[in-house]
Amino acid sequence: MKFDTIIIGGGLAGLICGIRLQKAGKKCAIVSAGQSAMHFSSGSFELLGRLPDGTETERPLEVLKQLPKEHPYSVIGEETVAEYAAMVPMFLEECGIKVSGSADKNSWRISPTGERKPAWLTLEEFVSLPDKDSKIGNKALIVNILGYLDFNTKFLADSFEKQGTECRIVSLKLDEMERLRKNPSEMRSTNIARVMDREEVWSKAIDQINSMIKDEDAIVLPAVFGLKDSAIIEKIRTRLGVKTYFIATMPPSVPGIRAQMRLKAEFEKCGGYFFLGDTVKGADYNEDGSIRSIETANFGNIRMYADDFVLASGSFFSKGLTATPFGIIEPVFGIDVKAEDSRDNWFDRYFWNKQNYISFGAVAKNGLHASKDGKTVWNLFLAGSIIGGYNALYEGCGGGTAIITALYAADEILKK
Amino acid sequence: MNMQERNISDNNFEQCIKCTVCTVYCPVVPVNPLYPGPKQAGPDGERLRLKKGLYFDDTLKYCLNCKRCEVACPSGVRIGDIIQSARIRFNTESPKLRDMVLANTDFMGSIATKVAPVVNMTLGMKPVKAIMDCTMKVDSHRTFPKYSQGTFERWYKKNVKNFQDSFPRHVSFFHGCFVNYNYPQLGKDLISVMNALGYGVHLLEKEKCCGVALISNGMIDKAKRNAGVNTESIRKSVYERQMPVIGTSSTCTFTLRDEYPHLLGVANHDVRDYIELATRFIYRLIDEGKVKLVFKKGYKARIAYHTPCHMEKLGWGIFSTELLRKIPGVELTTLDSNCCGIAGTYGFKKENYKVSQAIGKPLFDQIGKLKPDFVACDCETCKWQIEMSTGYQVKNPISILAEALDLISTSEANK
Repeated sequence: MKFDTIIIGGGLAGLICGIRLQKAGKKCAIVSAGQSAMHFSSGSFELLGRLPDGTETERPLEVLKQLPKEHPYSVIGEETVAEYAAMVPMFLEECGIKVSGSADKNSWRISPTGERKPAWLTLEEFVSLPDKDSKIGNKALIVNILGYLDFNTKFLADSFEKQGTECRIVSLKLDEMERLRKNPSEMRSTNIARVMDREEVWSKAIDQINSMIKDEDAIVLPAVFGLKDSAIIEKIRTRLGVKTYFIATMPPSVPGIRAQMRLKAEFEKCGGYFFLGDTVKGADYNEDGSIRSIETANFGNIRMYADDFVLASGSFFSKGLTATPFGIIEPVFGIDVKAEDSRDNWFDRYFWNKQNYISFGAVAKNGLHASKDGKTVWNLFLAGSIIGGYNALYEGCGGGTAIITALYAADEILKK
Repeated sequence: MNMQERNISDNNFEQCIKCTVCTVYCPVVPVNPLYPGPKQAGPDGERLRLKKGLYFDDTLKYCLNCKRCEVACPSGVRIGDIIQSARIRFNTESPKLRDMVLANTDFMGSIATKVAPVVNMTLGMKPVKAIMDCTMKVDSHRTFPKYSQGTFERWYKKNVKNFQDSFPRHVSFFHGCFVNYNYPQLGKDLISVMNALGYGVHLLEKEKCCGVALISNGMIDKAKRNAGVNTESIRKSVYERQMPVIGTSSTCTFTLRDEYPHLLGVANHDVRDYIELATRFIYRLIDEGKVKLVFKKGYKARIAYHTPCHMEKLGWGIFSTELLRKIPGVELTTLDSNCCGIAGTYGFKKENYKVSQAIGKPLFDQIGKLKPDFVACDCETCKWQIEMSTGYQVKNPISILAEALDLISTSEANK
């Protein structure tokens, strides 16, 4: 089966790249081994929160030149990164994903445990705060759903109280939710959201909250609303009347899944082919080292051909990278990977410290080309967290690198 | 006291990182709170069951075995296999009479086809439905698929067997119970299409029910026997007669390829790649430039394609839809990926009827909105469910192809 471009990996980077190419008239296929890390989304995309030396960045675009040369932003070039960063909100909006925030100055999102983290673009139900220590209100009513364990009300209250917000924690008891509690292990955000999305249920929830409000000027709710359609978010805000903060829950992430489903639907609407649950087993190469075709588990003896390939297979979680007794490898094509040789340097025994393994990944040449045995593979491009040379978690730049490298890789293919 | 009876699982549950993505895509969880969900029923429960079988949970029977959890899993855990293997290993409840009647599709079929008009009329009568509902717990809302008068195999031997050797190339056809006992027309359509493409179609030396319903109803010994017979016949076809095997049912094909080794322990690695769905086989021949299709002029149809769960797992929906798209005059919509809810014999059981219809609702609603001329689908039980629940006719892509092809010109083009 022949395509113009085959993208390996169906997460944020793969889908953004696919949509860009498909909209420009290319026939694309995405091969994805299972669902992606968007299911654990924090609700925000970060551009750059910290430099590798730990310095917090307020205005990310102004410090791009201080990044090391192997950082994907440096490979792309700081001016190009800024151009893409300015374009992304509109790109997402066209895919049906509304975001707030700007690349000029970081805003602050509230994490599931109440910490403040630097953010670039934030999905619509979330409020990102202008400053790290912004107060959400004088008095907050933190509302959970009885029996739901992935929303840590006490942690949140502790963190809001540090800024001088007085907090009161209450729980909603809804008959429709009680039946979910028969299986406590499945009292999860998405299952709650499926029930909550019915108007008679969320309406009842709002009535209960309204009856519990005293003099609070802020309401804090878990982000378990609008799995398929975010329209109810605005309705809930209006009905509550008081400033409402939706806070990301522990996984799975309802807003992240909704965004993923939107992007996939957009890709397919533009004519793209999405193959879920399939794995690339091998490839064959042209004489110049470029890729001719790939073989997948499901396609078997029907090979998939393309002019260009994009590797957006992610990092360790999605098996884009694998650790073996002999080192870190990229298992699909065996392309060059940059990693510390000594296992002792892979990780820090103290879990919360900066972990080196997160910065391991494929070597990105100019134009985000991959290389194999030191030689550039001219029709293989890299996008997202498969790329090495940056620590997405420590530097706070995972979402930004995924989106911007994906757009850049797509444009490099279109330029050819 | 031995607290840990086993420490090695037959399946890869150790790969589970507890991310809960499987639960998001399970069609049962949102409609049946009694089901603990794929993560708990699968890898989490497996850890306990390895300690002692008494941790086996009877609610695993609510699993549809649709494998959507496996398609969604980012870590490649065979969650559905873990659940079904646990049921096979630990379930002590013996199948009820109702389950035996539903599961023994070939035994029931071979009797019913002999007296088809009587059986069809009887099964369609309201009082009979009511009695079956009360005594056997077969839901009275269900319409039993009609039995055909005489089997496909008999028709084949009488009418077309004698000239199949005259074609230059050959395949074996795993027809399955549906074609044999309920709807021989699909088998006839396959023969018309394959003959036009220059392929003689042959039956396997011995064909038994693939066993999917036996597995889900706990009749494992019989399922294993069937798997052994089928795999041996397929082996003979592939290696002695040089004929690959094709099928028209996505579930039979999936079972022959993957459930045999994963659930029944019947090794088939030497023949697995030679078992294929007919649409994939034909698509591949076109892709390799080996055959040509010539279509009738003026064929027009608005078709909505439903991807059955096992087709989703095979990843082969694309071959059916691409094949249908080759027909000029076809306007094709691929329906959103949703389970129809029937899951073989599951939806026939009284205790599952409501859940089954609730699972299928998003799919039925989408079909209702689209108002296609008809629905296309590679699975016979999805067909019954969609026809009963929406009123739209459901056709196998092979039958659509048989309708749309100019068979005589296609034969000429492939001589």
